[in-house]
Amino acid sequence: MNYNWNWGIFFQPSPEGAGTYLGMLVTGLQWTVVTALCSWALAFTLGSIVGIVRTLPQAWARRLGDAYVELFRNIPVLVQMFLWFFVLPELLPQAAGMWVKQLPNAPFWTAVVCLGFFTSARVAEQVRAGILALSRGQSMAGLALGLTRAQTYRHVLLPMAYRIVMPPLTSEFLNNLKNTSVALTIGLLELTARARAIQEFSFQVFEAFTAATVVYLLINLVVVGAMSLLERRLRVPGFIMAK
Amino acid sequence: MFSDFDFDVIARSARYLLVDGLGFTLTLTALATAGGVVFGTLLALARLSSLPLLPRVAGLYVNVLRSLPLVLVIFWFYFLVPYIGQWTTGASRPIQVGAFWSALITFTLFEAAYFCEIIRAGIQSIPRGQIAAGQALGLTYAQVTTTIVLPQAFRTMLPVLLTQTIVLFQDTSLVYVISITDLLGAAAKVAQRDGRLVEMYLFAAAIYFVISLTASLLVKRLQARIAIIR
Amino acid sequence: MPMIEIAHVSKWYNPTFQVLKDCTLDVAKGEVVVVCGPSGSGKSTLIKCVNGLEKIDQGTITVDGIRVDAPETNLPKLRARVGMVFQHFELFPHLSVTDNLCLAQMKALGRSRDQAVAKAMALLDRVGLKAHARKFPGQLSGGQQQRVAIARALAMDPIAMLFDEPTSALDPEMIQEVLDVMVDLAREGMTMMVVTHEMGFARSVAHRVVFMDQGEIVEDAPKAEFFGKPRSERAQTFLSRVLVASH
Repeated sequence: MNYNWNWGIFFQPSPEGAGTYLGMLVTGLQWTVVTALCSWALAFTLGSIVGIVRTLPQAWARRLGDAYVELFRNIPVLVQMFLWFFVLPELLPQAAGMWVKQLPNAPFWTAVVCLGFFTSARVAEQVRAGILALSRGQSMAGLALGLTRAQTYRHVLLPMAYRIVMPPLTSEFLNNLKNTSVALTIGLLELTARARAIQEFSFQVFEAFTAATVVYLLINLVVVGAMSLLERRLRVPGFIMAK
Repeated sequence: MFSDFDFDVIARSARYLLVDGLGFTLTLTALATAGGVVFGTLLALARLSSLPLLPRVAGLYVNVLRSLPLVLVIFWFYFLVPYIGQWTTGASRPIQVGAFWSALITFTLFEAAYFCEIIRAGIQSIPRGQIAAGQALGLTYAQVTTTIVLPQAFRTMLPVLLTQTIVLFQDTSLVYVISITDLLGAAAKVAQRDGRLVEMYLFAAAIYFVISLTASLLVKRLQARIAIIR
Repeated sequence: MPMIEIAHVSKWYNPTFQVLKDCTLDVAKGEVVVVCGPSGSGKSTLIKCVNGLEKIDQGTITVDGIRVDAPETNLPKLRARVGMVFQHFELFPHLSVTDNLCLAQMKALGRSRDQAVAKAMALLDRVGLKAHARKFPGQLSGGQQQRVAIARALAMDPIAMLFDEPTSALDPEMIQEVLDVMVDLAREGMTMMVVTHEMGFARSVAHRVVFMDQGEIVEDAPKAEFFGKPRSERAQTFLSRVLVASH
């Protein structure tokens, strides 16, 4: 291969002015992490609500929840990103549309909202599966003790449901983190975007991508490790998880 | 709010969007699924083999690819494939393979990691007794695998494989980042040319939605039928 | 006025399948009524209607003067006063034994943590499980779990107790320890409605025995009369089978 490797590239000043190429990667990592965490918070909240709604006794509520999930699951995340970024401001009343367009950090907020809704559909699937994995007797026992339906969800069903679906939720968290890279198409300067920029400025394409790859792998290791620690701490004595 | 919605722009560019754009998307989906399932099966067999080292190498491949964003992997292969071509053919300069081949290779190799895990679970769901029964009849490893294990495994995991194919179908939209004219790429080009972003992106979203939803409903039906047969 | 009053109750699972057919049954204060019958006779459904866990389509159910089936009834408040014990215990696996007993006391009755724990400890002592207070349900045997479940219901100071086949999910050697707790409770004058096949329990503490078949109440008789000479043929057949099976 006649490719000129130059690992020293990361310590050279970046053409953007202040800082080095390494600095570009670090700020990229920061945007990736912040976007992933904010969108996850939204996805977890919305997804839990929709997942719960899909287990309620009222058929109309369940159908509404199903429609929500189908809507966000059947459109590619990149297309959803464009809908939020390019289409939504045009469809809003003019004043609101202008306000959205002129938001500082618009790519960041768009990415948070877009990934939040996109991932919420997946979280909803898991939360619903976790609740349905519990026997019907559990909710009956809660209700029979005089708890309201809300209290039964809060104190009886959800604590077990979340424990049961912790492994798939961990993968959804990581998927959400990986999906933040899609936001480079609307100008979010996250990790992959910064690696691409280094390639464009310096032509050291493989060094840049190798660095980004290593960072993604490290994030995965950290998250998986932290989650298995959390799982162990939340393990219920004597309770054997199915599978 | 749809008062100045221009349906005409869709009609005018329908051929470009559907034949060139959607045609590319569907071709890429079909070929990458075929390649991904074949390579994924090999990876799954490698992960489950009792040979030294092989399961580890396959496991490393699968876990690394599953840890990376597809966008990054698309970039990787976009720049790497020409060098690999040069290296394998001994040419003097990196070989430009073109966007289609680059995308096809990327998606085949990337999705194989996901298919591998599905197929591995499918193989592991086959009772050990089935393999023992095959061996007791004097069949070789290859014969047991191809005539007993894989046919049963594929039947049980067919719905999951098809669901992953729907994911792959949606994932192909990411070739946008290397400027390929798939369905989304075509829509984006018309959108920019005619200044019709709203119409174009909503149209693309609707096409993706209808195809994905229809396919997932069919998979659900299939799943119910398989459940009854068992 | 009866404590539990079930009047002309009917229920359909779908337009073609009727689980309950015009059921009428009273349980007086301090009375122990055993409901028996073959599986699928609707007895579990009937007892779940008493505290509104299952909805009824016709008729009325009144508990302590309050209409269970009326839309304006505050069901959580009513259920908090009626204890229920389930076939599969339904303890909350993520909560310790003590917390299982305290949760509803605090959330539904508004008791303080200290009050709830004191009550829980007294009841665990009573069912002989004080030493297991800090364990989790998964660490107990089936018989121990069911005794905890009874204590959990008693912690709410119920005006009546409903038992839905409390021993049918238990290994044979654990049935007696649960029945002992139930017999004590009956002798103390608790109002009880018990769905069970344990005819020994019925013989020793029940006041009345109700026999159900195919969603109907076929027989409702004082204990002596029921065991002496059941009027209906269906009850006779059932009784001979159950008594043969348990001896």
